[in-house]
Amino acid sequence: MSEQPLWQQIQQGGISTNPGSTDRIQTGDWRTEVPVIDFERCTHCMICWVDCPDASFEVADTKLIGVDLKHCKGCGICAQVCPTKCIEMVPDSAADRDTNASANGAG
Amino acid sequence: MTLKLRELSLKPDLFGNGHGLCAGCAESISVRQILSALENPPVVALATGCLEVSTTRFPDTTWKVPVIHSAFENSATTISGVEAAYKALVRKGRMEARPLTFVVFAGDGATYDIGFQWLSGALERGHKFIYICLNNEGYMNTGIQRSSATLLGAWTTTTPSGSVRPGKTQWHKDMTKIVAAHGIPYVAQAASHNWKDLMTKVRKAEQADGPAFINVLTPCDRGWRYEPDQTMEVSKLMVEAGLWPLYEVVNGKWKMTGARQKRRPVIDALLSQKRFSHITKNADDATIAAIQAKVDDEWDALQALCAMSAASE
Repeated sequence: MSEQPLWQQIQQGGISTNPGSTDRIQTGDWRTEVPVIDFERCTHCMICWVDCPDASFEVADTKLIGVDLKHCKGCGICAQVCPTKCIEMVPDSAADRDTNASANGAG
Repeated sequence: MTLKLRELSLKPDLFGNGHGLCAGCAESISVRQILSALENPPVVALATGCLEVSTTRFPDTTWKVPVIHSAFENSATTISGVEAAYKALVRKGRMEARPLTFVVFAGDGATYDIGFQWLSGALERGHKFIYICLNNEGYMNTGIQRSSATLLGAWTTTTPSGSVRPGKTQWHKDMTKIVAAHGIPYVAQAASHNWKDLMTKVRKAEQADGPAFINVLTPCDRGWRYEPDQTMEVSKLMVEAGLWPLYEVVNGKWKMTGARQKRRPVIDALLSQKRFSHITKNADDATIAAIQAKVDDEWDALQALCAMSAASE
């Protein structure tokens, strides 16, 4: 939060001029569990994508490609709604973090 | 455009990430679904509430569409002004006419209680906008206080449960019916677990010739006391138990929507939420029977309205 503007630099009316700028906030560190996708069984139906509160499923060309670990809060809704049950919630300890990230194809 | 998830996933998200809503919050799910269902670029007005405070943390914003917030009660009035200003600018030739959809996102506190007369005024004036009520049945942003949308028997911090009181002692206001009584072109009730039903209703609301109102049930895992991953299940149980029937009123014609199935007993929905644990654990049959009786009455009244509309067609 070091780059906060001085009060003289703030626009009148408190206007935010950077659309989607909360992207810089790392909400992923709230997480205690992380979704790991079994891509063998994933049918790319996008139910997890549409039901994710944090827009954390990365999609490219109608295919699910991974999880945005910077923002995923680990609520576990995706694992509940997945029709093929190919998403599993696993504990997100510091030790597991690298393995989970590579399993999801995301950095 | 049809409602196919794979096609919708190609569109850029208009509601970003990094917002401060709780893990498992249904509001951001519904907002993402609503924005991706809209066909025109939206202009959004927010009422004060969970959604507003956690998505517009100054100097940041989660939104990638124009958003205006002025106060708690006046989101319907604010969007009326925005819509009227747009029409005036186009008429005077100072702005090019373009397809736009004016949308309000407000909570149940801002709709049922604080913004009630402002909403009523905007509906009567007939501005063309979609009013979305994200109904989590309480003032969750300030720490779970009762609102006039809170269910009978529910625990909140202002309707505590104990030996003296069994949680909230009043039945909730039926806001959707009150709005339908304004005679506006489109009124609907939706829930966050049924994306297809919600998105279809948003598309219809966008096509409506005048104001449209959609009351969306958005379960709150903190306020309703359930595990965050159960959001969709709780929403589904509320609908299946008849506590939140899915229906729409198109130009005065009432119609049930969603899958038709046998109604569950309300106890199934009450058991899924710990805000009712004082009732379910102590087997408070009188309160459960009172809720069931009222739900049955309202269900019958709704079916009668739908039957009457079907007969007149």
